[in-house]
Amino acid sequence: MPRDTGIGAATLRREDVRFLTGTGEYTDDIVLAKQTYAVFARSTVAHGKIKSIDTSAAAQMPGVLAVFTGDDFVDVGGNPAGWLINSRDGEPMKEPKRPVLAHGKVRHVGDAYAAVIAETVEQARDAVEAIEADIEELPAIIDMNAALSSSTYVHDEIETNQCFDWGWIEDNREATDTAIKNAHHVTTLELVNNRLVPNAMEPRASIGSYKASTGEYTLHTTSQNPHLTRLLISAFVLGIPENMLTVIAPDVGGGFGSKIYHYGEEALVLAAAKQVGRPVKWTADRTESFLTDAHGRDHVTKIELALDAEGNFLAFRTDTKANVGAYLSNFSTATPTFLHGTLMGGNYTVPLVYVNVKAVFTNTAPVDAYRGAGRPEATYSIERVIDKAARELGMDPIELRRKNFVKPDQYPYASAAGLEYDAGNYDALMDKMEEVADISGFEARRKASEAKGLMRGLGVNAYIEACGIAPSNLVGVLGSRVGLYDAATVRVNATGNISVMVGAHSHGQGHETAFPQVVSDMLGIDASTIDIVHGDTSKIPFGMGTYGSRSLAVCGSAVVRATEKIIVKAKKIAAHMLEVTDQDISLNDGVFSVEGTNKSVTFGEVALKAYIPHDYPLESIEPGLEETAFYDPANFTYPSGAYACEVEVDPETGKVRVDRMCAVDDFGNVINPMIVTGQVHGGLAQGIGQALVEQTFYDEYGQLLSASYMDYTMPRADDLPMFQVDHSQGTPCVHNPLGVKGCGEAGAIGSPPTVVNAVVDALQSGGHNITHIDMPVTPVRVWEAMQNAK
Amino acid sequence: MTKVTMTVNGKAVSGDVEGRTLLSAFLREDQGLTGTHVGCDTSQCGACVVHVNGKAVKSCTMFASEANGAAVDTVEGQTNADGSLNVIQQAFQDHHGLQCGFCTPGMVMSAAALLKENPTPSEAEVREYLEGNICRCTGYHNIVKAIMAASGQDVSAIAAE
Repeated sequence: MPRDTGIGAATLRREDVRFLTGTGEYTDDIVLAKQTYAVFARSTVAHGKIKSIDTSAAAQMPGVLAVFTGDDFVDVGGNPAGWLINSRDGEPMKEPKRPVLAHGKVRHVGDAYAAVIAETVEQARDAVEAIEADIEELPAIIDMNAALSSSTYVHDEIETNQCFDWGWIEDNREATDTAIKNAHHVTTLELVNNRLVPNAMEPRASIGSYKASTGEYTLHTTSQNPHLTRLLISAFVLGIPENMLTVIAPDVGGGFGSKIYHYGEEALVLAAAKQVGRPVKWTADRTESFLTDAHGRDHVTKIELALDAEGNFLAFRTDTKANVGAYLSNFSTATPTFLHGTLMGGNYTVPLVYVNVKAVFTNTAPVDAYRGAGRPEATYSIERVIDKAARELGMDPIELRRKNFVKPDQYPYASAAGLEYDAGNYDALMDKMEEVADISGFEARRKASEAKGLMRGLGVNAYIEACGIAPSNLVGVLGSRVGLYDAATVRVNATGNISVMVGAHSHGQGHETAFPQVVSDMLGIDASTIDIVHGDTSKIPFGMGTYGSRSLAVCGSAVVRATEKIIVKAKKIAAHMLEVTDQDISLNDGVFSVEGTNKSVTFGEVALKAYIPHDYPLESIEPGLEETAFYDPANFTYPSGAYACEVEVDPETGKVRVDRMCAVDDFGNVINPMIVTGQVHGGLAQGIGQALVEQTFYDEYGQLLSASYMDYTMPRADDLPMFQVDHSQGTPCVHNPLGVKGCGEAGAIGSPPTVVNAVVDALQSGGHNITHIDMPVTPVRVWEAMQNAK
Repeated sequence: MTKVTMTVNGKAVSGDVEGRTLLSAFLREDQGLTGTHVGCDTSQCGACVVHVNGKAVKSCTMFASEANGAAVDTVEGQTNADGSLNVIQQAFQDHHGLQCGFCTPGMVMSAAALLKENPTPSEAEVREYLEGNICRCTGYHNIVKAIMAASGQDVSAIAAE
């Protein structure tokens, strides 16, 4: 049995107390002495030529301290793309500059072209109104197909709206074409993976400050990865030396990807703080968030699945257009390519996969990784087309999947899309799902729904994802411009309590509770004496941050490695104290002892000795007890799962209600099952939101019509059921020390196709010959589909 | 500027505000009570819910001057007298009813108002009452469970940890 606070314990979260009592400290809660406020002037047109910006009246307004335009930043760098993608013809992707403030042109509604710094936020807002910008409106490039044939360009200097035309795996292209041409059966599906707005409940905010006497800058900001933000600002945008810039991400109210990236507002408040000599704070309002946070998804895909007469999968071929918006956000080029195409083999022994992705610039907000990032897009395409194939072939959708699953004796399994799956058991997950979801009881529930005049459907899904990113050597070959390791320092204080500085950043994931469980388990001491320090580049060694379900798999592994070093050193100190060799020492429940004797010292006594090294072998052991480890994984981790959803559809209104939602996931080993379950719940809600209600809507002029909570439907409590979640079928990851895989994104990856499969099943059961409805499956879309199918 | 006086968490406070100053801004900026959060501009998200004379109110939708003379309660005033978590707060921790914590103050204040009106709400009643509070992290499962548990109902039959 696990210790109360060790690995496997459902320890309550220590961070909850401050959040429940209103004493958390989010960026906007921070008040720095003499702080001033920034407000941005943002484009109201999607595409326009900036002919002039007259700031003279604004500069004279009460309380105004400074006004900035794009002219002030022409000599600094652009915000870069973190991943180089080469097109099929070998040409590198197009990388137009993304400036701090728009210069020459504005490229989407909300694109900032000026900023005012004033004593109060109201004064800054008033002054923004006084800026006179002469912006000549240009035709807006919104539709991706139109963008590819247009002679109007989002970025004139690259003379195309295509960022890249990527093929994966290019060597498989001809063989895949041949397999599809010659197959017994080919199922084809055209689908849209709808654009989503991440909508972390805390809007983005940043405070820049500058100390003239030393030249040091500090940025408080809503970031998932403060070191990455520091690196981007230092090395690419403002050129501030890293040792002169501290980035602090305090309590952060959710991210879901949108707070991975560096945004221009962060650079602006730093530059402005230096100029006005006082701290500068900016906090987005919700509409600003809608207009400028990086959005997610937005793929249009045609997928084909080739099968033989027995239902064996022969090939998947996809043709995708991926919207990258007006500028390349930091990971926008990795998301539709390597985080998507490499998963297009799914959980299956399909021998051939070919993926083509054309990335397209449009006059819309940048699109980047959002919870799942590429894997939801892959899973949706695969699992929808399999469901359609099952229907066309008259096969049971569960059996068709089982028939093609990679089997437990096939690991390590080289997928046709280029990954090596290390562990899994998809049949066991499906078995468990059938049990937990009570699939055998479905027909009775269907009859009960029909008795109420409702159509009932069952949808299932099997997914695999790659997370815990990732081996630096591998991603470097694939175009990543960063390494993807993480780091941790374990500092044992003289009195025996422990501070662990981690590169991962917690913005809801409960690291302050879960990471100490790992150290507690290894040292055999109570977790209450261990605390986590994160989110401050001046306090922690380095870190690539939290995204891609990587915190525990990568940073947690660094914590393990650093703790192992602590144990090695502590054993040497204990051996000296007990006058034996360190090979004779064992550590159990926080006590170092010599086997077969009654000689022992406690962990606390060893810590004290390390810091008061009297009678200490200084010639062979340094004083102190602090160790750092950097961990770079050997492979991705591969969580997988089997999901089931039951919906009721009202034939009169087209309204879909999710009645049952079951998620059975293989996350490998689980450190805190309570937190893991909560992560799945949140992912399910976002996935159901994508499937049923969330719609980001740009009109033909590029106006974002869904830019507030009055217009963009967020899933609310009464849109969702209680969830059935199970993670008992874990197969440990074989290449990281904890055997963990990552659980943050699974729910959002596995649920959208499950829900849509269920809706199609319900409609079919009601006699409607409907094989697909695009997400979000709103009442009007269902109703129209029913009318059109008559 | 107008002078306003009110009771906040049982303590008399006053301040000079503009006509346009929202109650949420008065609490956060004048009073330093930053537990009340602002998550939207349209009174939709509910992160700013406080109690005004015992009723749940979105403090971003009320001017500070309108609360003149009122008794206002915020999340900072919810703990028991000894500083420990109250029944609702404790249930949120016990049932993992929060993740990033940003919507949490509004959820706690809405839950308190609900249980005052309806001491043993059904699951459907809790979900319907939370229509005005958006959470992006939890999928609501554990929030609903926590509120039902805080009402003294047995939630052991509700799925998962």
